[in-house]
Amino acid sequence: MKHLLSAADLSRDEAVLVLDTAAELAAVTDRSVKKLPTLRGRTVVNLFFEDSTRTRISFEVAAKRLSADVINFAAKGSSVSKGESLKDTALTLEAMGADAVVIRHGSSGAPHRLATAGWIGGSVVNAGDGTHEHPTQALLDAFTLRRHLREGSGDLDGLRVAIVGDILHSRVARSNVLLMRTLGAEVTLIAPPTLMPYGVESWPCSVSYDIDTVLPDVDAVMMLRVQAERMHAAYFPSTLEYSRLYGLDVARMSRLPDHAIVMHPGPMNRGMEISADVADSPRAVMVEQVANGVSVRMAVLYLLLGGMKEDI
Amino acid sequence: MDSRAHVVLDDADIGRAIRRIAHEIVERARGSESLILLGIPTRGVALAHRIADAVAAIEGTEVPVGSLDITLYRDDLRMRPARALEPTTIPAGGVDDKVVVLVDDVLFSGRTIRAALDALNDVGRPSAVQLAVLVDRGHRQLPIRPDYVGKNLPTSLTEQVRVEVAEVDGADQVTILGEPQ
Repeated sequence: MKHLLSAADLSRDEAVLVLDTAAELAAVTDRSVKKLPTLRGRTVVNLFFEDSTRTRISFEVAAKRLSADVINFAAKGSSVSKGESLKDTALTLEAMGADAVVIRHGSSGAPHRLATAGWIGGSVVNAGDGTHEHPTQALLDAFTLRRHLREGSGDLDGLRVAIVGDILHSRVARSNVLLMRTLGAEVTLIAPPTLMPYGVESWPCSVSYDIDTVLPDVDAVMMLRVQAERMHAAYFPSTLEYSRLYGLDVARMSRLPDHAIVMHPGPMNRGMEISADVADSPRAVMVEQVANGVSVRMAVLYLLLGGMKEDI
Repeated sequence: MDSRAHVVLDDADIGRAIRRIAHEIVERARGSESLILLGIPTRGVALAHRIADAVAAIEGTEVPVGSLDITLYRDDLRMRPARALEPTTIPAGGVDDKVVVLVDDVLFSGRTIRAALDALNDVGRPSAVQLAVLVDRGHRQLPIRPDYVGKNLPTSLTEQVRVEVAEVDGADQVTILGEPQ
């Protein structure tokens, strides 16, 4: 594997390898010396054309823990704001010797273009492209599910996961549906019809418009943020109505089985898709998801960059 | 099995070697109080547990056993595809101020032990580090020597030494493959 562009690129064995590797790397976080020499001398560029807190910091921490040199590039404050193209930006990074480029871009397919256009020789990791994919988020979600519900090993065979909210604009939902399917979990997407993507019936998952009938049968529920910044039309009458019909509050959470966990990829809109008391409840694993994100991204960077260039 | 392979240690030989190493470790440490055995995966871990059992039989005390994966510290990572990691488990209480005995199956170039010393350095600061190996086949490329050796096996570089342990391979034996020159 040279790039990680889509959750669909991973076979079941590869996905389990990433999760197993992440499980070993997670132990480094508990040591006093939180550093491994593995990627010494390698350069990882974080190329972020869109705002991000969690993902960018997570990749930066992951690369630094593996001793790689990290260059953070934000489109704001760079020559991109002067009109420089993705190609010229990529050629610049190549000239500076980037071994891997972690890219977040507002346009779906930008990481694929970067990986296949021949502009750069290094690995490309998709850190979220438009409304398309966010594979490392899906991996960290799978890692979190596995820790809580599968005792930290193997795949997710037979787990039932509900993904609720703005599926239409969510790269997290798409990557999760693909990866969960690969790992054997069953996904149900829940959203108002206006926030379901076109062609969702062809996705490898089931679809529901009623959260209350699905919740009693799931092992985990993943709440998604309503992405107002991508909404250029009215998708639901009011935020109050949305939150009443699709938000997770304490009453709704009580419909979940006792073992089920509540997840959210962040950033959360408290009071919108998730109420504050749910977000702060012991069943909510958001903070753990962030910690697991570092381990999973270390695993991805190690598996992409840690070996010989040709055979990976 | 390869027709050129011949068995140099059988299960009884391996058992005797392990008991002798356990005696030597206890003798040198004057007891087993501050000892920790860290096996290097995969077969070193199995051997570390057996040495611990032998120490328990001699001293009547349990010696903590752990495993130390050295993959992320290897100096040849860029010469092969990225490898899967093996578990690292450090016994509760850590390695600080303990006598750590690293346990591996074969000592060859010494590069694995170099990596293990680096890995151990990031885990803590032992008061001393010692090395126990079942087989020393020579051909060191680094200034590293073992403290406890099950068997010295002078080999040629064209030969392969294969250590099998029951926990991993189903049987205990050490074989040499390939023709001596």
